[in-house]
Amino acid sequence: MIRRLGRLLPTLVAVILAFVVLVPLSMMFTVSLNPDEARIQISLGTIEAFIPHVASLENYREVLSDPHQPFLRYLLNTLIVVAGIVGTGLIVNAAAAFALAWGRGPYRKAFLATVIAVYVIPGESLVLPLLLMMSRIGWVDSYQVQIFPFIANAFAIFLFYQFFSGMPRELIEAAKIDGAGLLQVFFRIGLPLSMPVVSTLAILGFLDAWNSYLWPMMVTRGPEYRPLSVAMAAYFTSQQAFWGNVMAFAVLMTLPVLIVYLIFQRWFVASVMSSGVKG
Amino acid sequence: MIRSAPPSSVPAPVRAPLRRRERITEWLNEGALILPAAILLIVFLIGPFVMAGFLSFTNERLVPRPIPTRFVGFDNYARALGDPDFWQAFRNTFYFALLVVPLQLSISLGSAMLLNAKIHARSFFRTVTLLPLVTPITVVIVIWAALFQIPDGMLNNLLRLFGYDGAYVNWLGDARWAMPSIVLLSAWATFPFQMLIYLAGLQEIPVERYEAARIDGANAWAQFRYITFTGLRNVHVFVLITTTIQAFKLFVQVDLLTRGGPLGATNTLVRYMVQEGYSAQKIGYASAVAILFFVLVAGFALLQRALIPND
Repeated sequence: MIRRLGRLLPTLVAVILAFVVLVPLSMMFTVSLNPDEARIQISLGTIEAFIPHVASLENYREVLSDPHQPFLRYLLNTLIVVAGIVGTGLIVNAAAAFALAWGRGPYRKAFLATVIAVYVIPGESLVLPLLLMMSRIGWVDSYQVQIFPFIANAFAIFLFYQFFSGMPRELIEAAKIDGAGLLQVFFRIGLPLSMPVVSTLAILGFLDAWNSYLWPMMVTRGPEYRPLSVAMAAYFTSQQAFWGNVMAFAVLMTLPVLIVYLIFQRWFVASVMSSGVKG
Repeated sequence: MIRSAPPSSVPAPVRAPLRRRERITEWLNEGALILPAAILLIVFLIGPFVMAGFLSFTNERLVPRPIPTRFVGFDNYARALGDPDFWQAFRNTFYFALLVVPLQLSISLGSAMLLNAKIHARSFFRTVTLLPLVTPITVVIVIWAALFQIPDGMLNNLLRLFGYDGAYVNWLGDARWAMPSIVLLSAWATFPFQMLIYLAGLQEIPVERYEAARIDGANAWAQFRYITFTGLRNVHVFVLITTTIQAFKLFVQVDLLTRGGPLGATNTLVRYMVQEGYSAQKIGYASAVAILFFVLVAGFALLQRALIPND
C-alpha cells in the first residue's frame, strides 16, 4: 500500500506540473476558437476560457484576411530569415571549424582563442553600433540585415570544432592521400559525419531565430520584412481588446514550431541537453 | 571548456616538403574554409564591439546631424553612473535575477528529478513539460497578459479561490507586483531549458551510487543531499551562471507588458540602453551603457570558467 503510494505521489506531482504548463496554453487555443468577443471578455478568468466549448474559425479567418497585418507575409519573412541564418550558418561555421581542426595554418590557435573570447560578448551590447553601421550602408528594412549578422556564430564554431578534432587522423590523412584537398575532405567526410552537431545547431538556431525580437524590431519598418515575433507584439499592442484575434494570431505563430517539435522531439531534447553539458 | 585535446598538440607525421604549387592549393583550400566565418565574425561581431568601445567616448547620434561628432572623454560613463534612472534599471535587473534564478533552478531541478524517476506515462509528461520552450516568447507574453487581467483574470480568480479577500492584485500595474509578475512569466517560459540540462546531468550519475547508499541505510533525503545534489556540482555552476546571464538580458517581457513601468519599476539595463540609443538616438551614450553591460555579463561568464575545472 505505502509502496504504491510512494510510486503514485511523483505521478501526482507530474500531473500538477503538466497542468501548470497546459492551462495557459489551452487558454490560448480555447479563446482563439471563440468568435464572441464580448463573451471572451467576461469569461477570461473563468473555467470557460480553458475548455473549448465552441469551435469557430472566425478569428482565424479575420487574422488571415487582415490587410494591415498580413500574417502570411510575416510567416514568409520569418521563414526566409530562419532558413538564411540556419542554412548558411551551418556550412560557414562547420567549414571554419574544420579548418581549425585539420588545417595547417599558423593562425589557428589565435583564431580559436578569439572564438572562445567573443562568445562572452552579449549580443545586446552590439545592437546599437550594428544599427548605426547598417543604417549608414542603407541595409535597414531588408532580409540581409536580419540574416548576415547572425551567420557566423562562436558557439557553433566551437561545437563543430570539438566534433571535428575528435575525428580519427587516419580518416583525414587517407582522404588526403587520395588527392583530395581540405575543402573536398570537408564536404565529402567532415560535413556528412557531423550530422549530430548539425541537427543540434539547426534546432537551437531555429528556436533562436523564431524568437528573436530586439534586433528585428529595430531594423524593420513595416510588413514587408517584419518577422512574426515583432508582428505578434505589434498586433497585441494594437488589438488589445480583441483577445480572440490576438490568440488566433498566437496559435498560428506557435503551430509551425509545435509541429516541428512534435516530429523531431527526440532531437530537440538531445540538442538542448548537449548544448549545456559540453558548454 | 575544451574536453578533447586540440589536434595541433598531436605531433604531425613526418612528411616530405610540399612543392610550391601544392602549397598554394593547400592555402587556397584552407582559406576557402576559414575566410567566410572569419570575415563575418570581424564585420558583425568584433567590428561592432570595437565600435561600441569607440563610440562610448563620443557624442555620436543615430541620424547624422550638421554638428560634427566629437570626443567627449569619459563623459558618457560619468553621466550613466550619475543617472538615477540608470541605477534604477541596474537595481531592477539584479532584483529580477535574484528572484527568477532560484525559482527557476528549483523548479528545473525538481521537475528534472521527477521526469528521471519511474513515474507513469513518463514520456507524455516529458513532452508536455517541454512545451513552454517551443512557445515563442512573444506568444508567452500575450498569454500571460490575459492571465494577469484585472480585476477578474485567471490569476486573480485563483487567488480568491485560495481565500484571498482583498479586491484584486494589480499584477502589472502595481510597482510592488510588476517585477514578481514578470518573474513568474519568465520562469514558466524558460524553465524546461534548465530542466533538460539537469536531466542530462542526472543521467550521468551512476545508479550504483544510489544502490550503495541504500545498502548503507541512507534515506531519501540523504541520497538527494549527498549523491544527487553533490553529483550535479558542475551542472549547478553552469546552469546558475547561464541563467543569471540570461536574466540580466531581460528585455522583451518588460518592453511589451509594462513599458518599464510603473514608475520605472520594471525598467532593465537592456531596456534603458535601447531607450537611450534607439528611441532617443543617443548612440554614443548608449554605447557606454552597452560596454558597462558587457563588463557585467563577461564578469559572470569568466566566473563560470573559473568555477568549472577544465579537464
